[in-house]
Amino acid sequence: MRFRAKIVDLACLNHFSRVINTISKLAKACTLRLTVCKLYFILSDKVANGGASMWCELCQANFFDEFQMEGVAADHNEIYLELVPENLSRALKTAQSAKAVKIKLTNKHCPCLRVAVELPSLSSSSRIVTHDIPVGVIPRRIWNDFREPSVPDFDVSIYLPVLKTMKSVVERMKNLSNFIVIEANLSGEMNLKIETDLVSVTTHFKDLRNPPWVSEDGCQSSAEGRHLESMAEACIDIKKLQQLLAGQQVNPTKALCNIVSKRIVHFILLHEDVSLQYFIPALA
Amino acid sequence: MPFSAQLPASGEPYVLSASLDNARHLSSLLRAVHFQDHATCFATASGLRVTVEDAKCIQANAFIQAEIFQEFAVQEESVIFRINLSVLLDCLTIFGTSSLPGTSTALRMCYRGYGYPLMLFLEEGGVVTVCKINTQEPEELLDFDFCSTKVVNKIILQSEGLREAFAELDMTSEVLQITMSPDKPYFRLSTFGNAGSAHLDYPKDSDLMEAFHCNQTQTNRYKTSLLKPSTKALALSCKVSIRTDAQGFLSLQYMIRNEDGQICFVEYYCCPDENITEAEL
Repeated sequence: MRFRAKIVDLACLNHFSRVINTISKLAKACTLRLTVCKLYFILSDKVANGGASMWCELCQANFFDEFQMEGVAADHNEIYLELVPENLSRALKTAQSAKAVKIKLTNKHCPCLRVAVELPSLSSSSRIVTHDIPVGVIPRRIWNDFREPSVPDFDVSIYLPVLKTMKSVVERMKNLSNFIVIEANLSGEMNLKIETDLVSVTTHFKDLRNPPWVSEDGCQSSAEGRHLESMAEACIDIKKLQQLLAGQQVNPTKALCNIVSKRIVHFILLHEDVSLQYFIPALA
Repeated sequence: MPFSAQLPASGEPYVLSASLDNARHLSSLLRAVHFQDHATCFATASGLRVTVEDAKCIQANAFIQAEIFQEFAVQEESVIFRINLSVLLDCLTIFGTSSLPGTSTALRMCYRGYGYPLMLFLEEGGVVTVCKINTQEPEELLDFDFCSTKVVNKIILQSEGLREAFAELDMTSEVLQITMSPDKPYFRLSTFGNAGSAHLDYPKDSDLMEAFHCNQTQTNRYKTSLLKPSTKALALSCKVSIRTDAQGFLSLQYMIRNEDGQICFVEYYCCPDENITEAEL
């Protein structure tokens, strides 16, 4: 098992740092899956996460100038690592004006991701700051736990409103309630609602579009034949939604959510080089 | 008016209904008196007064006169209710506190009367938020009985002169001592903290002094913790009037100019700290 990678381009480095920053806001610990072409950050839906799960995919070629990976075996050319993304985020914070960043999987006393940040210096030799981030190697026998979640059989799919507005509203609502109801219909309408003994607040978004889904096997999804005005709704933990929105520092190219009434809300946020899916289960 | 579709068709009039093109005209003033969760709202044809009290020693009032609103109608002689001010502020600022120049949140406020919730309709950029905030029985408020005939000393200062002093108030000092006198030091703020005593003097002929009417030398102490929240009102204001009466009660009146140049007032009343004896002064 070997892994070494290098980023030299400052823009790529900043982009990568932003992605890790977003991930660290969504998960205290997660799985990093390395393949020849891609990196995946995965959080599977355990009770400890409040049932939320995440699937984030990056094309390594868009970020790394050098990328060498040798998996656990020839026919399973992948590496699965458990790590705390906040550690990686903090290491990358020192790299804001770096000349290069090298990441290498090492096993001196225990498995670590060694992040070596080469910083500019006035003298001829560079300054290097090294961070050793402890990781856990995930054995092949449980790789099945980390398969890509399938798009649920949703009732309504809708593009999200302007994230800045949605972020402000959800942040204020978080002061007022622990739970939020998100409901939407196929007429481009979405409502965010909170209700407590003290106060009830509803924000109405209109003129959002509903993405046209083409199902792979040609079957009708449960969304077809649905009354256009009928709302699909789910009551979710407001902190999870707020963390998802707070982690979006740059506006995504596409942002949408799929609602399975009273079961789960599936968010898809697409940037040029990164796709992020986040599943928040509905509370009883 | 887009909100009229959401008003009930019952024909029952709202005892209070108001519209404001820029909700910040209201929210910024309310923040200046937000040092407790609960506030009493009092509405008459002249406008809205929001009162916050603490420890039976300090009272703050924010006045938003009817002219500030685009529409302000009160059906009864006066309307009064108690409300959670933190919740009210979260609702008024639902679209965020900082806004791009040129954009603002429009507000419509409706109240059906005793026992009913306060309804807020807020709109920004085509997005509408509807809030229903429960109201409570109003509690009796302190009456400081502060009228101009009982004033012993009064000065009016430009706020910029006091802002730094209040922002850097030595919080390790339990009291803020205010001396007002027709003779030197004229107007002095003193604190007695862990690091030592600090005195800040404002001479009566200072540029910052807009009016100086001191008849008697008075030195009074007020609990710093109670006065600290007034810093918010000071930060918003352009002028402040400082008055004391014979018992040492303090009145601070802040003149605040909003984004549209309209004038509003916030006042703070504070009881003197009784625990200090003359011997300690």
